[in-house]
Amino acid sequence: MKPPRLTRVAAALTIWAAMARAAEAHLVATGMGPIYDGVSHFALSPEEILPVVAFALFAGLRGPDHARRTAVALAAGWFVGGLGGALGLSLPAAVPQVASAVFLFAAGGALAANAKVPPWACAVVAAVYGALAGASDFGNGSGGLVALLNLVGVCAAVAAGFVLVASLTLPLRRDWLVMAARVAGSWLLALGVLLAGWIVRQV
Amino acid sequence: MTRSARTALLFGLAPLAFATPAAAHIMKGEAIGFVSGFEHPISGLDHVLAMVAVGLWGAQLGRPAIWLLPVTFPMVMAVGGFLGLIGAGLPGGEIAIALSGVALGAAVLLQARPPLPVAAAVVGLFGLFHGYAHGAELPPGQNALLYSLGFVLATGLLHGCGVAIGLVHRWPWGRIALRGAGLAVLSGGVYFLRSALT
Repeated sequence: MKPPRLTRVAAALTIWAAMARAAEAHLVATGMGPIYDGVSHFALSPEEILPVVAFALFAGLRGPDHARRTAVALAAGWFVGGLGGALGLSLPAAVPQVASAVFLFAAGGALAANAKVPPWACAVVAAVYGALAGASDFGNGSGGLVALLNLVGVCAAVAAGFVLVASLTLPLRRDWLVMAARVAGSWLLALGVLLAGWIVRQV
Repeated sequence: MTRSARTALLFGLAPLAFATPAAAHIMKGEAIGFVSGFEHPISGLDHVLAMVAVGLWGAQLGRPAIWLLPVTFPMVMAVGGFLGLIGAGLPGGEIAIALSGVALGAAVLLQARPPLPVAAAVVGLFGLFHGYAHGAELPPGQNALLYSLGFVLATGLLHGCGVAIGLVHRWPWGRIALRGAGLAVLSGGVYFLRSALT
């Protein structure tokens, strides 16, 4: 007989927690516990904040449906990517920077052009970015309850940051405010291009 | 202070008692990267004049140029920055930057009203050279993203200053003042062009 779904999830999480090793990938130790360490990690990582801001401004500008779906997809993608990273999935070292450059370019460009992207497409692209960023954050393969709580903290900060920023553009209907948001999109796109230049320079 | 507020304050401050120093991840160069990036566009008067002139011209042309020109400039400037960062050759940079002051100042002075794509192309062309100069002159060891963030933000704010000043265009005296500002930019451009050529 198959155990109930909740029991299976609890068992899986228990096994994962049992693999505990100290999670000290590159998270800030705030002294306030692993959830706050995760929150602080996101809050102190501009290379992760800026793409989230770009997605939030764009999704907010497109409307509530875009914003809702993208918020959930981004945080869920981050969680899944983080789980993958914690379970041993490792990405090349250049992935975080390349992902930031590509997604800043894409989301900033879409915002600058006020592109008519369907909500599901916006959500899928955000989820892909979230998965890559999550996998990079937790890519040292350290599992355990501490890593899980770190991940919860990061995802909570991502979701909260996204919703806060999206709520700034969601009610914008006046022309000049929409234009201001689109100008911000052009800046984010420019950041993506410049970041790509940095990456090529380092190579 | 009410009892509930005191309780909330006590519980709010309690975690501080357990705090340990947060020194695990000292981010070297973060502030240096942002500040030096922010300072770069505003440190040279030739850059400042051209970028403010973009905003002035946009405001003079009205919608949609008022936002389209300040959007075009940073995007094409970033392409120039990319070329500068990877070390691609783009000769005549200093002359083109000085010429941007001359051309944009003249456009504001003469209240030039070319078709929008032409105005955007002119602004974009000069943006390419400004971006190239920023990318090529960049000091080593800076934080890439924060340097770029400061650099783009300063550029955008200079355009914003230009647009804000250019809004005086709605009044008759403002139109004259705006043309005077164009003359000032043009004069600065001529000065820098002379310096670049000698």
